[in-house]
Amino acid sequence: MLELQNISRKIGDEVYLDNVSLRLNRGELNILLGPTLSGKTSLMRVMAGLDKPDSGDVRFDGKSVLGMPVQKRNVAMVYQQFINYPSLTVFENIASPLRVARVEKSQIVKRVDEVAELLQLQAVLQRTPDSLSGGQQQRVALARALIRQADLVLLDEPLANLDYKLREELRAELPVLFAEMGAVLVYATTEPTEALLLGGNTACMHQGKIAQFGSTLELYRHPEALRSAEIFSDPPLNITALECSAGKLQIQGNKQIIDLPFNSLANGDYTLGIRPHHLRLEKMGTDDIALNGSVTVTEITGSESFVHFEFENRPWVALLHGIEEFSENEIVRFYVRPRDVLVFDSHDKLVVEHCANELSPEQ
Amino acid sequence: MKVQNNKAWFMVLPVLVLVAISAIIPLMTVVNYSVQDTFGNNEFFWVGMEWFQEILASERFHNALMRTLLFSGLILAIEIPLGIAVALAMPRRGIGVSVCLVLMALPLLIPWNVVGTIWQVFGRVDIGLLGHTLASLGIDYNYTQDTLDAWLTLIAMDVWHWTSLVVLLCYSGLAAIPEVYYQAARIDGASRWAIFRYIQLPKIKRVLVIALLLRFMDSFMIYTEPFVVTGGGPGNATTFLSIDLVQMAIGQFDLGPAAAMSLIYFLIILLVSWVFYTVMTIDDNEEQSASAKGRS
Repeated sequence: MLELQNISRKIGDEVYLDNVSLRLNRGELNILLGPTLSGKTSLMRVMAGLDKPDSGDVRFDGKSVLGMPVQKRNVAMVYQQFINYPSLTVFENIASPLRVARVEKSQIVKRVDEVAELLQLQAVLQRTPDSLSGGQQQRVALARALIRQADLVLLDEPLANLDYKLREELRAELPVLFAEMGAVLVYATTEPTEALLLGGNTACMHQGKIAQFGSTLELYRHPEALRSAEIFSDPPLNITALECSAGKLQIQGNKQIIDLPFNSLANGDYTLGIRPHHLRLEKMGTDDIALNGSVTVTEITGSESFVHFEFENRPWVALLHGIEEFSENEIVRFYVRPRDVLVFDSHDKLVVEHCANELSPEQ
Repeated sequence: MKVQNNKAWFMVLPVLVLVAISAIIPLMTVVNYSVQDTFGNNEFFWVGMEWFQEILASERFHNALMRTLLFSGLILAIEIPLGIAVALAMPRRGIGVSVCLVLMALPLLIPWNVVGTIWQVFGRVDIGLLGHTLASLGIDYNYTQDTLDAWLTLIAMDVWHWTSLVVLLCYSGLAAIPEVYYQAARIDGASRWAIFRYIQLPKIKRVLVIALLLRFMDSFMIYTEPFVVTGGGPGNATTFLSIDLVQMAIGQFDLGPAAAMSLIYFLIILLVSWVFYTVMTIDDNEEQSASAKGRS
């Protein structure tokens, strides 16, 4: 078990990590989700022991490992770039961690063969990494991480540089490959979809802080705070200001005043969040909330349409099924079910969520 | 059907004329001299391969060739490792980078004959900083009289002048290695030597071959600096092929043998460069065919 206790790290005036505490268990897949520069890689470097935190403690299986140099910690790391020894053959690349550890020769051959079979690299064992495709190169890097039987495996956006077909293939294999190792597995990604596909636990990161940590699906459905809902939404979460006075929750826009059917909220300012795929063109029920927006641009991917529109001076986007085309500045009425609406209070904490009974985020 | 169009020849004609005037015609003149003898008055006699046979058999040529090969060998043996070492030690970021790059580029900006003059004065026992210092330390140093001293001076001069080139080439190669490689090596627990041997050296291999090729050709053709410093002496101790050639052609006015010797000299450089080039591209070809296989 890897425990991070109140980790902070600054370089100059720039805060890289801000009071991060996490507890990661062996045998589970832990995802660090956040935009670039949110501190994912910095956190991984601290976990690995490449960087020392300014304050806080890193404990592995109950013991502090802060003073332990990285090469003694039994860590494996895979990067976005395909990092292999350029002059060595694939076999020697995979064997390199064992050679450093002075494992017996016959043992090395046996273990390299096993790992090569798992990653389908048997055919290229005698080639150099330069002569392989990107997917194969990353498989070699993964094989090097796998063969060490490390206690801590760090995967830093390992699929980001691969084309999408290979990503899907490797993404399906990865959790299975590492699940049996019993290591603490950490996977950094910028993409909410990738986190959802991988499952496991997710820590949402923003500006060096952990916004929320928990089971991936749970976190997607019940974001505690506006920040985690925003990080966990692609395309971005649509938000607008709300006001509650005399028990009535309203969007008080310039052109429209919309009542929201939520009672029992204290008076004050709130923020409304709606995920893009929850906006529809047709009414689903009698209590649907109607919103008028002025279309700016429509992007069509083939089976889905991304309709960008302006709602009360904010850029919103609706993800609609099928092909829907609108001309610029056309006023379109969107509907959203009350159960799909997220309402956050003035401290950005979630106060209303009705999506609890939704089964899959894709629905 | 193939379309024939002779107009293309007009397009390349200017280049052909330029190359002819600048390279082919002078080269042919040399070829012409190398197979004839003259006693002046513009009278020439056909002698065939005689000059070539004479040059190839002459001890003077052998000695000059050996000296040149030894010089190039020593230069490569010193400048390549030293250049790599300096490049490895150079800072990667901050103000130090620009300072180092400018300092490194300085010797490269100085003309050959000026470098020669600098070292000629620098090494003089009576007024030179180096010569005088060594003399006052009680070391018997005189490059005009002692063979070893002359060689040491020439090698020191060339190392001073040209190591920066190797440094700059290697530094550019090293700068292109992403930081994550070093991080990965640290996690692996790789030693400093392993990092150099398995990450840095393979990554700078290509620029290193270019550095090797340039330094070989340049040192093998060296003329100006030793001519200014030692003039080929003491005796013939530092008479390299180029100096020997000039002595033969201009000093003794033996045009035939000198022409034959230039052609042999030219062919040696061509041959060695071709070998280098082939070695360089063998690797690339292998990689290309391998990757073609890998990606198909």
